[in-house]
Amino acid sequence: MTVTPLGIPRRLLEFTIDGEVARVPEGSTILDACRAAGKDVPTLCEGDTLRPKNACRVCVVEVEGARTLVPACSRKAEPGMVVRSGGERVRHSRRIVLELLASSVDLSTTPRVAGWLKEYEAKPDRFGPAAARLDEEPRVDNDLYVRDYGKCILCYKCVDACGDQWQNSFAISVAGRGFGARIAVEHDAPLTDSACVYCGNCVEVCPTGALSPKREFDMRAAGTWDESRQTETTTVCAYCGVGCTLTLHVQDNEIVGVTSPHDNPVTHGNLCIKGRFGYQHVQNRG
Amino acid sequence: MRKRQPKTYPRLTHPLVRDARDEPFRRADWPEALDRVARGLERNRDAFGMFSCARATNETNYVAQKFARVVMGTNNVDSCNRTCHAPSVAGLSAAFGSGGGTSSYEEIEHTDVIVMWGSNARFAHPIFFQHVLKGIRGGARMYAVDPRRTSTAEWAESWLGLNVGTDIPMAHAIGREIIHAGLANEAFIRRATTGFEAYRALVAPWTLSLAEKVTGVPARAIRELAHAYARAERAQLCWTLGITEHHNGTDNVRALINLSLLTGQVGRWGAGLQPLRGQNNVQGGGDMGAIPNRLPGFQDILDPDTRLKFESAWDTVIRPHYGLNLTEMFEAMEEGTLKAVYCIGENPAQSEADSEQAVRRLTALDFLVVQDIFLTRTAELADVVLPATAGWAETEGTTTNSERRVQRVRRAVTPPGEAREDIDILCALAARLGHDWKYADSEAVWNELRSVSPDHYGMTYDRLAEHQGIQWPCPSTERLEPTYLHGRLWETEPERRGTPAPFGLVRHDPPVDLTDEEYPVRLTTGRRLDSYNTGVQSGGYPSPLRRGEYIELCPEDAERYGVVVGEEVRVSSRRGAVVAPVWIDTALRPGLAFMTMHFPDEVDTNQLTIEANCPIAGTAEFKASAIRVEKLPVATIVR
Repeated sequence: MTVTPLGIPRRLLEFTIDGEVARVPEGSTILDACRAAGKDVPTLCEGDTLRPKNACRVCVVEVEGARTLVPACSRKAEPGMVVRSGGERVRHSRRIVLELLASSVDLSTTPRVAGWLKEYEAKPDRFGPAAARLDEEPRVDNDLYVRDYGKCILCYKCVDACGDQWQNSFAISVAGRGFGARIAVEHDAPLTDSACVYCGNCVEVCPTGALSPKREFDMRAAGTWDESRQTETTTVCAYCGVGCTLTLHVQDNEIVGVTSPHDNPVTHGNLCIKGRFGYQHVQNRG
Repeated sequence: MRKRQPKTYPRLTHPLVRDARDEPFRRADWPEALDRVARGLERNRDAFGMFSCARATNETNYVAQKFARVVMGTNNVDSCNRTCHAPSVAGLSAAFGSGGGTSSYEEIEHTDVIVMWGSNARFAHPIFFQHVLKGIRGGARMYAVDPRRTSTAEWAESWLGLNVGTDIPMAHAIGREIIHAGLANEAFIRRATTGFEAYRALVAPWTLSLAEKVTGVPARAIRELAHAYARAERAQLCWTLGITEHHNGTDNVRALINLSLLTGQVGRWGAGLQPLRGQNNVQGGGDMGAIPNRLPGFQDILDPDTRLKFESAWDTVIRPHYGLNLTEMFEAMEEGTLKAVYCIGENPAQSEADSEQAVRRLTALDFLVVQDIFLTRTAELADVVLPATAGWAETEGTTTNSERRVQRVRRAVTPPGEAREDIDILCALAARLGHDWKYADSEAVWNELRSVSPDHYGMTYDRLAEHQGIQWPCPSTERLEPTYLHGRLWETEPERRGTPAPFGLVRHDPPVDLTDEEYPVRLTTGRRLDSYNTGVQSGGYPSPLRRGEYIELCPEDAERYGVVVGEEVRVSSRRGAVVAPVWIDTALRPGLAFMTMHFPDEVDTNQLTIEANCPIAGTAEFKASAIRVEKLPVATIVR
């Protein structure tokens, strides 16, 4: 007889979203249920490989009986819950959150945000030009990745990925308090003087492009980065025997970036320095 | 920090040939290059060896070993698995009849005790170590057994800093303590193992206090590890090259396996043995039969039925004896009985122990063809160099990782110039040598392998994509097997339990290269996080962590020799000498030095290492050389 571990069986629970019945496995979040029902809920700080941080608040929904709006990314679905994912209260909240974020942070490289600004009729300009912006040059202190804190929405995903949730290097942390809070390495030193091991697992989870591979950063600066011309091919890393799945991003027959699928059983989206950045040798084409 | 100009390797874009070894290469077209290779191999039919590639796909390895066996009529086929984990394969197959790690990465997240023995996985296998960290975060206790207090050891409950080459005394002392504390799993031993009484007698002298004397590890630390491992509901024993790269590597592996047999920590979900492999496809290369004693699917060449199956599948006669392994092939070069080598993607001129000797032997060959993506140091010695494609980014195929998971690799970029795929080149040569093989694509090769290897039969390309890789064994296209091996050992019916696993009766044998007054320092070697093997690959990207090659010493030794960080010193062993700058690392202790082999173009560490080989697996003792460190006279500092 073959024994295959099946995991603990999970019951389905039933509740309503926008008047329709939703059935999801126990332990699912409202966000999971909304996505399963084909509803587009905007998210920024939500990470499929990380525990919910509830930092950005753009995914809020209304739960009947709850005093405040709840973040869909962390609130577990409960039997009999009545959820409204798109009422005026929700739209108003999302609009304000998007306006505050977009007025204080450069969201130009954040995927999908332009569409959400339009959808929620957000007008970030109404606070005046570049309100409360950090106005800081991108930090280019190594050849592998760049930190542009002008694009940082303080979602803490990089802190979690570098910390106890995945990499356990603890090179990245939050410095300062309140309005002065920002992401930094110890003593705000250059990366090269920090505990950073350049795995780039922070880059992988960054939702806004505040952290980006140097290659992408340079190509964007030169105006040659063009995702519409890029292909993505899944393969396996060429270094050690662990066998991490890589997604090669190729533009004009050049590998321009490497990521890993977040649902991969070996990597869970994480790589090491060699896997993420060590691809240049195949294209030293003389 | 000193200025470094690391050598970077441009891709090979067209075939290179020459008429004599002292001539420079000239560019050739493919037909000429292939004709030359065919002639060179033809005239050395009885003196041929194939170095297959632990970096290439399973499909390439399958065709390469078939080329050696069918076209050249020899079982002399091997790969760099010989320089790393051949002892793990030999030890595991001697105990269980199968050479793969017995567990899966996910299981280590749910185990109770993790032993990392001779393994700095935090640096060498970072993503595997993330699974270990999940386990530790979930409450597992990890023990690190390593001469160096590595960054892996920083996460340990306890670090057992043993003397280099005393792994067997440590393992035997743990075994003895488990028996004496009454923690041995007697039911498992009785049902699923043989040779326990002899093992008990063998380890009887290894008391904790004797082990403390020999290994340098406090008796109570050994005792703690023994009790933790034996009492754990589930325990994982992981090792890397600290165990295998010794002149008795296979014995070391057997000594560790004994501990799992003693406690029943194998063959169950979450309990097992995990050798961490060093190349992307070193597991697969062996599985595909690119080793001298096994046919594809890890089937023994000496078994007549197996041979018959392959002979009818390949329409050939397979020699009924083992071929030469990599180490023996190098020795045969010395004796003149091996005269032609076909080297695919390996760099033995820099990766073999005692590299000067390796280069001399390769140079003395009648014919050397190297198929690679770079002009490596080995390729520089060749008669013909064939430009190949990069397995992981320019070809279709599969590779097999440390947890036996076969995964698809895919073509993402077009190879440069006239570079051709390995299989394509092999088939073109086979045709010139009278064998017309037609493979439409890599999937056709894979399906041929599936038809001869029951363990791979269930893995169609479609299923591999669907499941993000499948672990062997996978005999059925309908279902998946458990993620761990050897569950049969726990069956209650004797016939379903199969062959019991024998205890390995192995004895302590200290490193061959003894330290003495002349060579007082023990040099051990290993990997750094951002670099890889001989650096041909990893030298291609600008790592902020990379600082080049250093001889790493502990602060006490640096003070004794009066040397400081960055100062160049002369490092000599009984075989050679190199000049290297000093780095000071508090993870070391007096009398222990550390170097890597990542920068052989700067400092050729393997001039120092000893070619003392494991007689079973042929792996050299990279981990233990005796060296001397000398300050350079002031006048010679100018280089």
